[in-house]
Amino acid sequence: MTKKIKNLNLNFGPQHPAAHGVLRLILELDGEVVEKADPHIGLLHRGTEKLIENKTYMQAVPYFDRLDYVAPMNQEHAFALAIEKILKIDVPSRAQYIRVIFCEIGRILSHILNVTTQALDVGALTPSLWGFEERETLMTFYERASGSRLHANYFRAGGVHQDLPAGLEEDIAKFCETFPKILNDLENLLTDNRIFKQRNVDIGIVSKADALDYSFSGVMIRGSGVPWDLRKSQPYDCYDQLEFKIPVGKNGDCYDRYLCRIEEMKESISIIKQCLSKMEKGPIKSQDGKITPPPKKELKQSMEALIHHFKLFTEGYRVLKDEIYTAVEAPKGEFGVYLISDGSSKPYKCKIRAPGFSHLQSMDYLIKGHMLADVPAVLGSLDIVFGEVDR
Amino acid sequence: MNTLIDLEKKINSELTTKIDQSKILHNQLYIDVNKDDLIDVILFLKTNKNTKFKQLIDITAVDYPEKAQRFKMVYLLLSHEFNQRIILSYYINENEVINSLTSIFPAANWMEREVFDMYGINFKDHPDLRRILTDYGFEGHPLRKDFPLTGHSEVRYSEDQKKVINEPVKLEQNYRNFDYESPWEGTKYIKDQTENNDKKN
Repeated sequence: MTKKIKNLNLNFGPQHPAAHGVLRLILELDGEVVEKADPHIGLLHRGTEKLIENKTYMQAVPYFDRLDYVAPMNQEHAFALAIEKILKIDVPSRAQYIRVIFCEIGRILSHILNVTTQALDVGALTPSLWGFEERETLMTFYERASGSRLHANYFRAGGVHQDLPAGLEEDIAKFCETFPKILNDLENLLTDNRIFKQRNVDIGIVSKADALDYSFSGVMIRGSGVPWDLRKSQPYDCYDQLEFKIPVGKNGDCYDRYLCRIEEMKESISIIKQCLSKMEKGPIKSQDGKITPPPKKELKQSMEALIHHFKLFTEGYRVLKDEIYTAVEAPKGEFGVYLISDGSSKPYKCKIRAPGFSHLQSMDYLIKGHMLADVPAVLGSLDIVFGEVDR
Repeated sequence: MNTLIDLEKKINSELTTKIDQSKILHNQLYIDVNKDDLIDVILFLKTNKNTKFKQLIDITAVDYPEKAQRFKMVYLLLSHEFNQRIILSYYINENEVINSLTSIFPAANWMEREVFDMYGINFKDHPDLRRILTDYGFEGHPLRKDFPLTGHSEVRYSEDQKKVINEPVKLEQNYRNFDYESPWEGTKYIKDQTENNDKKN
C-alpha cells in the first residue's frame, strides 16, 4: 500500500512574536524542512512616499522617523543630506558632530534590539532584559536632545533643530564608559554559548556573489566578507575625520552577522567618543534665513525674521529643480533617498530605498532546505523592521 | 578607469547608439538609455571589467501625467569595485510593457513588483508579478499623480455583518490642499544689482 505524501502549507504570522512585526510568511514544508517561503508584506504600508509628495520638505522629516523606528535619526539624515546637496548648504561643524553622534546612538539602539531579540528567538531571555535597559538610557538622550524618545524629528536640512541641552554631552560620555561592560556581559552570555551557536552557526549562509546579486547591504554584505561601508567609501558629514574600523565576517552565516553587530557597537562607541572630544561650541544649523527658521527671540524685534518665519512655516523653502540619490549607512544597510524636486516647496517624487526590503526578499533563497526552527533565526539575523520594509 | 568622466566616455564609446544622453551631477552619472536596449546596457554594465556595476540598488518610476510619454523608469546601480553610482532612465507610454531584469538581478523581483503595484507598469517575463505593498484585492495604483491622497475606499469592521468591509471614503471635511506658494520673489537688492553690473563690466 502506498501513502500519498503532500507538502504542508504553513502560515507564519501575520502575528507571530518571532516575525519582528507584521510579516505573513507562507511556508511550504516537507516534514520539517522548508521547501519554499513566500513573504507577504505590506501589512504596515502607510503610503509614506505618497504623503511626502504632498508635504513641504520640512513637514516630510517626521515620516522618516516612522520608517525604521528603531533608529529614527539615521533615516532623517539621508533626507537632510539629499536636500543639502541640491541646495548646496554648508552644515556647521558642530551640527555635523551632533548628527554623527545621534546616528551612532541610533546604530547602537538598532543593534542592541536586533542582537537581543535574535537571542530571544533562539531561546535566551536574559540578553533582551539587559539590552533594553541600555536602550532606555539611549532613548532618554534622544528625548533630551529632540523632545521625544522615538520620533525625534531632529535633523534639518542645514543642521539640527536645536543645540544639545546642558549636561547631555557629559552624560553621553559617561554612557560610553559604562556601556562596554554591558556589551561584554552580553557577549559572555551569547558568543560562546553552546545553544546560541548551535542555532546560528552555518545557518542562512550567504555567499559573496549572492550578497551582491540580492542587493544586500550593511551587515548582511559585511557578514559575507565584503568590506563595504558607506561611512568609509562615500563619507558624508564628518565621517572622513573619524577613525573607525569596519568589522567583516568570514562565513556569511547568522553567527558572523551577530559578531559583526557586536563589533560595530564597539566602533560606534569609539566614534561617539571621538566626536565628543572634537566637538566645539558654535552654530548648530545653517545661518541662511531662507532655509533655517529664525530664533524665537528675534521674532519680536526683527521684521525680516518675522517674514522668514511666516514664509518658512506656510510655504516652506523651495528646492531647485533637480534629481539626486543620496544614501547613508543606516544600521540595517544602505538607506537611500531618491529625490526629484521641481522647484516648488514640495518634493515631486521621493523614493525611499529601504535595506530591509531587499533583505526580506531573499528569504526564499536563504531558508530553502533549512528546518522550520531556523526560520526565526534567519529572520532575526536579517534585521527586519516592518516600518521600513512596508513604508 | 577611476573617475566618472572616464566612465562616461567609456560607456558612450562602447554603447554608442544605446545611450541617448549622459551627464554627471552630484558625483553620479545620469544616463538616458534607449528602452529596447535596456537589457544589453545593464548586462554590459554588470559584466564589463571596467564598470562592474554588480549591485542593483533600486528600481522606481516617476509619473508625469502631462507628458506624452507618461512614466519615467529609473534604475539605480552601484559598483563596489570602483565606488561609483549610475542612474539609468528612460520614458515609456502608459500601457507599455517593459523588460524585466529578474534574469540578471534576482533582487529586481520585488522592486519590479513594487513598481507594478504603485504605478501599474507591466513587466515582460517577470516570474511572479503580483501586488506587493497594498492590500489583497486593492484597486488602483497609489503613486500615480491622479490617485487621490485619501484613496478611494476605507476599511472598517462592520458590527452588523460581523466582518471587515470596504467602503468608499467618506470625509467629514474635504482634504484641503492649501496653495501657499506666492509668486513674490522678494526684493531685488541694489547691492546685488550693482555687483551683477560690475561683473558684466
